[in-house]
Amino acid sequence: MSQNRPWIPYVLILPSVAFLALLFLVPLVQTIWLSMSDNGVPSLANAQRMAGDLNFTRSLKNTFLLTLAVVPVQLAIALAMGTMVGKIGRGRETILWIWTIPLGISDLAAGLVWLAILQNSGYFNSLLYGLGIIERQTSWLSYQTPVALFLAIAVAEIWRGTAIVMVIIVAGLNQVPKEFREAAEIFGAGPWVRFWRITLPLIRPALQSALILRTVLAFEVFSVVYALGGRNFPVLVGEAYNWQNQNQNYGVAAAYAVLIMVVSLAATVVYLRAIKVDPERLP
Amino acid sequence: MTTTLPKTAPASFPSSRRLLLWSGIAALCAWVLVPIYLVALGAFGGRQGVYLWPKTVLPTGVSIEPFLLFLRTEGVVGSFLNSLGAAGITVALSILLGAPAGYALARYSFPGKDGYRLLVLLTRAFPLAILALPLTVSFIKLGLYDTVVGVGLIHTVLALPFAALVTQGIFLGVPRELEEAAWVFGCTRLQAVLRVVVPLAMPGLAATAVFAFVISWNEVFAASVLTVRNRTLTAYLLTVLAESPMHYRFAGGLLLILPSVVFIFAVRRYLFAIWGISSK
Amino acid sequence: MQRLMSLGILAPALMALAAPTQAQTVFVSTQLRPIEEATVVRQELLKDAGQVDYVVEEPPQFAVRMEAERQAGKRTVSLVGALHGELSPLADNDTLEPLDDLAKKLAADGMPQSVLDLGKLGKPTQQYIPWMQATYVMAAKKEALQYLPAGADVNALSYDQLIDWGKALQEATGQPQIGFPAGPKGLMARYFQGYFYPSFTGGVVRTFQNADAAAGWEKLKALWAYVTPNSTNYDFMQEPLAAGEVMVAWDHIARLKNAISATPDDYVVFPAPAGPKGRGYMPVLAGLAIPKGAPDKDGAIKVIEHLTTPDVQLLTAARVGFFPTLNVDLPPDLDPGVALLAGGVTATQAAKDAVISLLPVGLGDKGGEFNKVYMDSFQRIVLQNEPVAAVLKEESAVLAKLMTDTKAPCWAPDASSDGPCPVQ
Repeated sequence: MSQNRPWIPYVLILPSVAFLALLFLVPLVQTIWLSMSDNGVPSLANAQRMAGDLNFTRSLKNTFLLTLAVVPVQLAIALAMGTMVGKIGRGRETILWIWTIPLGISDLAAGLVWLAILQNSGYFNSLLYGLGIIERQTSWLSYQTPVALFLAIAVAEIWRGTAIVMVIIVAGLNQVPKEFREAAEIFGAGPWVRFWRITLPLIRPALQSALILRTVLAFEVFSVVYALGGRNFPVLVGEAYNWQNQNQNYGVAAAYAVLIMVVSLAATVVYLRAIKVDPERLP
Repeated sequence: MTTTLPKTAPASFPSSRRLLLWSGIAALCAWVLVPIYLVALGAFGGRQGVYLWPKTVLPTGVSIEPFLLFLRTEGVVGSFLNSLGAAGITVALSILLGAPAGYALARYSFPGKDGYRLLVLLTRAFPLAILALPLTVSFIKLGLYDTVVGVGLIHTVLALPFAALVTQGIFLGVPRELEEAAWVFGCTRLQAVLRVVVPLAMPGLAATAVFAFVISWNEVFAASVLTVRNRTLTAYLLTVLAESPMHYRFAGGLLLILPSVVFIFAVRRYLFAIWGISSK
Repeated sequence: MQRLMSLGILAPALMALAAPTQAQTVFVSTQLRPIEEATVVRQELLKDAGQVDYVVEEPPQFAVRMEAERQAGKRTVSLVGALHGELSPLADNDTLEPLDDLAKKLAADGMPQSVLDLGKLGKPTQQYIPWMQATYVMAAKKEALQYLPAGADVNALSYDQLIDWGKALQEATGQPQIGFPAGPKGLMARYFQGYFYPSFTGGVVRTFQNADAAAGWEKLKALWAYVTPNSTNYDFMQEPLAAGEVMVAWDHIARLKNAISATPDDYVVFPAPAGPKGRGYMPVLAGLAIPKGAPDKDGAIKVIEHLTTPDVQLLTAARVGFFPTLNVDLPPDLDPGVALLAGGVTATQAAKDAVISLLPVGLGDKGGEFNKVYMDSFQRIVLQNEPVAAVLKEESAVLAKLMTDTKAPCWAPDASSDGPCPVQ
């Protein structure tokens, strides 16, 4: 189908390529140049300034740790949601709708929600106090409690970002024909074997899309982290914003942005290679 | 699924499994809903309610005054329309540009395919705020500065990767045989796509629309740098919120959440109606 | 789906109908952003100033917009209202209309020349017109006063007394009760530049790494034992105060106002503590400026004239808690919270050992990096417990480079310099 008129796919992607070239690639190239020049001369000064900065290593480490902690949990929750909802009939739409709600919540609003829960006089402490577990307000979000802070940020991110994975995974799960699982059952495969050997391989395209999107978005976390962690949990995008907005040094900010882009692209390539999708073998 | 359980299982087995299933669902629903309930509590709790310690989970001192102040403020109606306009443009453009690309990615293997996917993802992989300066400069030169169309265009850049990736998944799920059958019956390729593929892919397109809408609705930075007078509601509210007292922030937060929730609710049927396709 | 599409087409059409086509003076401000205050500006302060569109904007977007409009060479904004430090990069790019005629008139109307001169930002011409003043004070819950160390006067605290007070509070309540706005958007850098350094060293730049500074940092570490660790999350101290997370706090008056105005009877407001070299304090100035090429320069001048009349200046103080730049007396019928803050400001200015620290001048767009030197030192010394001398030595090299790059001469309380302000 693809061999007789090889120009068709290019015509199909052309409008979006033209659009992105005009509105995205042009400023992108300008910004990349900004990051690699100093007063119009090619220079590594911005990169050096970035790498030598107090919070550079910390923000790099934090971003990676958070991504590693958050993305697999989100994928697991999304798969659980997809599997569960597949087993019920009535009420499915409502439940899916509820699970999709966080999709509509902006980063800033999500940060606000979790700050209200986790701050000293927040709901979490009130609950613990009510249960008699703590005697007075305890802080969870300070630099003295790095583990609690990390968990708090991870929980907030999981809450906010799972919906998008769920939507993609559910769409993928839907496309798995019933016959496959039924055939597996006839051959005596248990639920776990069916899940690992049949379902998971069949939803590879969805898995790939979900993982790529979610990982790229995870490298961009910012608002929620700053709402909860303040100065205590630097992340890459946050540092980029600080250099642009507070320090007003657009060059170093651009260097951070380029670094984030490189990291995200590297992760994407890894996913594209690791989760091979062969369209011919799809149902 | 439960109907296909082995018939030899003890009678209590399915029911205890069902209990487990429903408690899992209930727990996940609570996980999503409780934090939203707490914002609502903050939004309606009035000035002192948000500073209460220890907090109660029951509404006390309910007041809708912060909401009314928001709604009475000059320009809320205009900025609401601006938000709708920008979101409408984003939805339309990202489907018009993204769906053909998604179709190409799903149906053809061509040199540069992975390159294209990387290009599309670049738009999400690069923090947009860092591009704000060169973008704003070119928007001023193009005359798109301070217009809703300009905001819609930028939001489309953000929504396009979702549109391409999601529609790709959707088109992969529409059996190729159906399309080929249409050709046999004398349809051209375009007719086959329009009459066979698009109707089947409608739910996926609805999902794309939701993504695009929500992305546009919630985007702040570009929307506020690129506009002066024609602010979107989100840009308008969030600029105002940062330094406002807590209960206003909650009220504003809730005010922003509600339209997205309503929108998702309105299209939920399409969003997940794909179930119908798979059980064909 | 079709409904969606038609929505997309319909909404812009509706907007075209709704959009006002009137020519208005666009006034973009980074100040008075909260919804209640912006409403006051629109409905009361600008009531008789002609057709003005008051648009509020957060500082990051403001900076990007002004730079973009400059690069594109086309202005939409006719008037900007922003802090001294936010206007400095604009003056540095030579993008502000000189306002010397206005300045002359205001000097005649009683605006102190010292205040007006800050609006020159180190340039020969008037870059902005001082609009509103504020400063930083400390606020405490009244119930904290009982733990004041014996013999301490809350209006004349020393750092040792503050430390003792913090210790007593911590022992009584089980938790550290002092708070600072050291979060990402907090104004902690100004604490170091206007309060900590002047109080301990009598300078800001010259004395950055001398022995007095090292002793001061040790004292701050001692104080920090009684400061809540949540401070690095706080941007505005009004919230932790109102929420009861802290009992004593230092911040900008505008960032304390909500808590204090809500329950003025619960608070006392007083000057920041004094160190060995005196009681440092820093006035804050917000200014009004006109970008070069503004579409409605005449309208903008009219708005500036309006906002700097004695009546409007007093109204501004009474309604939003920023103080006049004109030499006028505050009315007696102030909002009780604003009156409390005004009392704290007066006590600060009138203190016998007061050391005034001016806002940095001549740093251009390096103001952020200047702040970063102080905040990085703070992070390393106090939060990460690195050795004081080593950190100050490294950061002083950064500071020295910054001063030579910008060629900024010293400002008070540092002794004036011929060339760039030296770090000794």
